[in-house]
Amino acid sequence: MSLPIHQARTVNRGDRLFRGVLVVFGLLVLAVAAVILDELGQVARPSVARYGLGFLTGTQWDPIQQRFGALPFVFGTVVSSAIAVLLAVPLGLGVAFFLSELAPRWLRDPVSFLVELLAAIPSVVYGLWGIFVLVPLIRALEMKIVASGLGFLPIFSGAPYGIGMLSAGVILAIMIVPTVAAVSREVFRAVPGSQREAALALGATRWEAMKVVFDYGRAGIVGAVVLGWGRALGETMAVNMVIGNQPVISLSLFSPAHTMASVIASEFNEAVVPMHVSALAEIGLVLFGVTFLLSAVARILVIRVERKARGRSAATGVIGA
Amino acid sequence: MMEPGCVAARSTQLGLSERQVERSVRRRRWQDRVMQALMVLSVLVVVTPLFSLLIYVGQSGIRGLSLDFFTHLPKPVGVPGGGMANAIVGSTILVALASVVGVPVGVMGGIFLARSHGRLADAVRFVAQVLNGVPSIVVGLAVYGLLVLPMKTYSAWAGGIALGMLMIPLVTLNTEEMVRLVPRDLNEAALALGIPAWLATLRVVVRTALPGILTGIMLAVARVAGETAPLLFTALNNAFWHQGLSNPIASLPVTIYTYAVSPYEEWHQQAWTGALVLVGMVLGTNILSRILGRSRYDRR
Repeated sequence: MSLPIHQARTVNRGDRLFRGVLVVFGLLVLAVAAVILDELGQVARPSVARYGLGFLTGTQWDPIQQRFGALPFVFGTVVSSAIAVLLAVPLGLGVAFFLSELAPRWLRDPVSFLVELLAAIPSVVYGLWGIFVLVPLIRALEMKIVASGLGFLPIFSGAPYGIGMLSAGVILAIMIVPTVAAVSREVFRAVPGSQREAALALGATRWEAMKVVFDYGRAGIVGAVVLGWGRALGETMAVNMVIGNQPVISLSLFSPAHTMASVIASEFNEAVVPMHVSALAEIGLVLFGVTFLLSAVARILVIRVERKARGRSAATGVIGA
Repeated sequence: MMEPGCVAARSTQLGLSERQVERSVRRRRWQDRVMQALMVLSVLVVVTPLFSLLIYVGQSGIRGLSLDFFTHLPKPVGVPGGGMANAIVGSTILVALASVVGVPVGVMGGIFLARSHGRLADAVRFVAQVLNGVPSIVVGLAVYGLLVLPMKTYSAWAGGIALGMLMIPLVTLNTEEMVRLVPRDLNEAALALGIPAWLATLRVVVRTALPGILTGIMLAVARVAGETAPLLFTALNNAFWHQGLSNPIASLPVTIYTYAVSPYEEWHQQAWTGALVLVGMVLGTNILSRILGRSRYDRR
């Protein structure tokens, strides 16, 4: 009795063993995620049990009285990352458009290399640069705003320290631009060349053709933004070094603040009360959950554009650009 | 671009006067130029901080650069001299530990992804991508619960394992991509010669992809070598030479952080010099891996 070739091959013992080993390593990757979730959950359990949902809405953070409310950190995280997204998205899209549609070949590689270097620089070095270069610049800017008489606006109230929400937002923007630019460029690349060519053939200008590309890849662009936002939420060291580290909720951009990641970095080692440790771990758990969700959503959106492009080009027989 | 003949054709089509069409074309062309200029501007705005950072780190860091920096222990405030030798050695040890954890799992996980279809592979890929977006400080917290609490001490082990966990998704995703870039013909040729599939995968496909896989490993190493947050409560820090892997250990990023936020001028200087060394290492690795990674199967 002879088996067909492909069946015969699956009988090979070496192959089966190899397959088994690979599956084990695949499962290990899943295990890493499970371990992270499980350990965070365990350390955070006392705090979750004691404060429940009120943990996220409480505004008091008092380790001595053991009152733990994370709202100031949630607020700081949301606002600083929102500033970052507002600044980084137009810039990142501009860079991505430049790289995918405008730049001549000889310029494309060096520019994208430079932008990638921006992503490779460690957070702590950004923080160092932030303390000694960016913060003085921001302080000068803040003084100018105050001097110009706009200080009566709530968002410009308070003393122009330089450290605070604005500095954190700006440094975060610098740090997430590469993510936004790289992912949107990936998305633009996935848009079939026929889309651009069709627009240009109808008499569109380059910019109008780009708008067509943008429309086609809109889901993916949203994905890029969400991914950048997720990065901004979890960025720790640089923010910690320039945000002022105070659990205050203030409308002012000049005000010192704190984020979820930065409070963990600055308080974890000094936490002596077990509940304090647990509360910080609960913040970590929330951060894990939120960033996990955001990055899942972002991935799905980007994949959708790529799939759409692949399906379309397969259907029309055009190979994507 | 609108040709004159085109303008005439369009004006008759739309029932507009030639002047109206010309005006609209001029407006659109102008808008086009403005938008293109804004894109070039955004590139300039984005690379400016990079140059500023490199210039400051270079200028301020080079002042403290000396042989002592690489060979001496830190001195207390007020005592001149001293270096970060312990932190440089510590970082090397931590990164080596991380590689022991991250490289095998990452590479094998990547081969698994490249060689399988189906739900498990999809799940692994998805989780790896998502892990990539999880803040590193969260991984540090988890390892605190996993190792520091049971061992009752901060240790090089904990720091190394935290960094290793951060390497896993990076190496996995890159390895998958590199293995997938290998032309199928190579695999089929190997199978046609009668060797078993697992040998064809390892000795032909993976070997062909090896330069790319190694590049990815180098980049992952460079990335975790600069990580600070996960080390804060796993490896902690140490002002002296390390005393075994079960004890706290110094690292370059944590030392830079400690010095940068201190109030002392000399320590700020040391922080800049440390940053210069760290940035030099990280960017050097990036550039080197670029050059090495320019293989036959480079994308586009």
